[in-house]
Amino acid sequence: MTDIDYPALAREAGLPRVGARQPLPAYLKETWERRHFAMRLARYRIEAQLSQNRLGLFWVVLNPLLQAAVYGFVFGLIMDRGSRAGLNFIPFLVTGFFCFQFFSNSFNQGAKSITGNASLVRSLGFPRILLPLSAVFRNVYELVPMMVVLSFILVGFGERPSWTWLLVPPILFLFGMFNVGVALIAARLTVHLRDVTQMVPIITRLVLYMTGIFYSLEQVLADNPPWMLTLAQLNPVHDYIQLVRTMVLEGQEVNTLIVVMAFVGAIGFFIAGIVFFWSAEERYGRD
Amino acid sequence: MTETNHPTIVVDNLHVDYKTFASGKAAKDRRSLMSRQRGVRVVHALKGVSFVAHEGESIGVIGHNGSGKSTLMRAIAGLQQPVKGAVYAASRPALLGVNAALLGDLTGEKNVVLGGLALGMSPEEVAERYDDIVEFSGIREFMDMPMQTYSSGMAARLRFSIAISRDHQILLVDEALAVGDKAFREKSEQRIRDMREQAGTVFLVSHSMRSIMETCTRVIWIDHGTLKMDGDPKEVVRAYKKST
Repeated sequence: MTDIDYPALAREAGLPRVGARQPLPAYLKETWERRHFAMRLARYRIEAQLSQNRLGLFWVVLNPLLQAAVYGFVFGLIMDRGSRAGLNFIPFLVTGFFCFQFFSNSFNQGAKSITGNASLVRSLGFPRILLPLSAVFRNVYELVPMMVVLSFILVGFGERPSWTWLLVPPILFLFGMFNVGVALIAARLTVHLRDVTQMVPIITRLVLYMTGIFYSLEQVLADNPPWMLTLAQLNPVHDYIQLVRTMVLEGQEVNTLIVVMAFVGAIGFFIAGIVFFWSAEERYGRD
Repeated sequence: MTETNHPTIVVDNLHVDYKTFASGKAAKDRRSLMSRQRGVRVVHALKGVSFVAHEGESIGVIGHNGSGKSTLMRAIAGLQQPVKGAVYAASRPALLGVNAALLGDLTGEKNVVLGGLALGMSPEEVAERYDDIVEFSGIREFMDMPMQTYSSGMAARLRFSIAISRDHQILLVDEALAVGDKAFREKSEQRIRDMREQAGTVFLVSHSMRSIMETCTRVIWIDHGTLKMDGDPKEVVRAYKKST
């Protein structure tokens, strides 16, 4: 229009460009300063979702419990018992299923966290990473009462409390880091391509069977070539659940590969997720 | 226009596009395989807008529906990436829009807390200002109801109250005042004038020429994505009225 040199004018007045992606350290610092937003959002989401129900917050525990009961009914009573000889089946199933819920809900809600909060993204400026983080926080909040219920179930079905139970929170912490990474990657992919939302339940289902929730992969694959079990143990979800089971159940064990993969999966996915999500920060909320 | 004051916002040759499927489903980055199919439409919403805003200015933005006013506001707030050009600002501009519900299934009370936290307040600050926010909105008796049950006016009042509870150097108001009743509008306009006096810059998008004339020191007229006129409120509004 005119020949005013606007960028020079902005430079002269010391004005930074709006919406420019911050460098990663500054971005993480702002994220840390606004962490209360993500945590509060997570809590309110749980309350809002359940407030319409008569049983309210009980559903946090009741829902996974009932789902586990369905699997227990199908795989414990109807299917043959060969795949789980020598297992204390109910504690085995419930431990696995509660932990798996942590993964599948983080993945699911993380994937929708940007596209599903469009009005928030469009009207307020904050580090977008807070939304997928909030989705994982929400599941951490739900996990705590589930773990308390789990401990009662374990005792009720004859497992003896031991000091190794105290190792469960650190394992779940690593699991949480892994879930944050998965949620961040899924959140960005969903923004690029909505169709990812359709794939999420299918991937979740695949991981469910590959993790061995209602059967022990170690037993099922015992007669197969050893590389198959090694392959299965490269799945971090399986490894976290196997670690938790080893700590709380009798007769479960882990090998070095599982322990290494638990750390590699947590740290690798956590860092990769943050970088992957952050590098597209300018794109969220564009449509 | 006050030339002596510092510039707070520089908008440089701003172009903004919207890509949409004809079906209305938005999808991005399918360049290679998919983009030629299914009638992708590119809407060129802003076609090279440039201007400079200064401290203590309150700028009215007028134009027909779909002329690009709201897009301009979102681009200035950094919520919409330009395809070309750039916006430079002294601090992050805060946008106050009409799509008022932050999270519709949460109560007004919780939206106040979330909104405050999202604006960068600490939990203590939110608790401290909670009463002021509710008082300003004037809808205290509805605070425990989900925000989706609010009328558009009530929701806009609450959003406005949340947004102005924090001191912004640059505030963008997008037709939020049009929905409130007379008393609330006056209260809000007063708040905007106060902010301007604290060396802030305020943008006001409105179809109410009366409200523009009363609060603004300068008016920008956006027409089909270009800046048609920029200057004294009286002149611009008169020219705008003549064109319609």
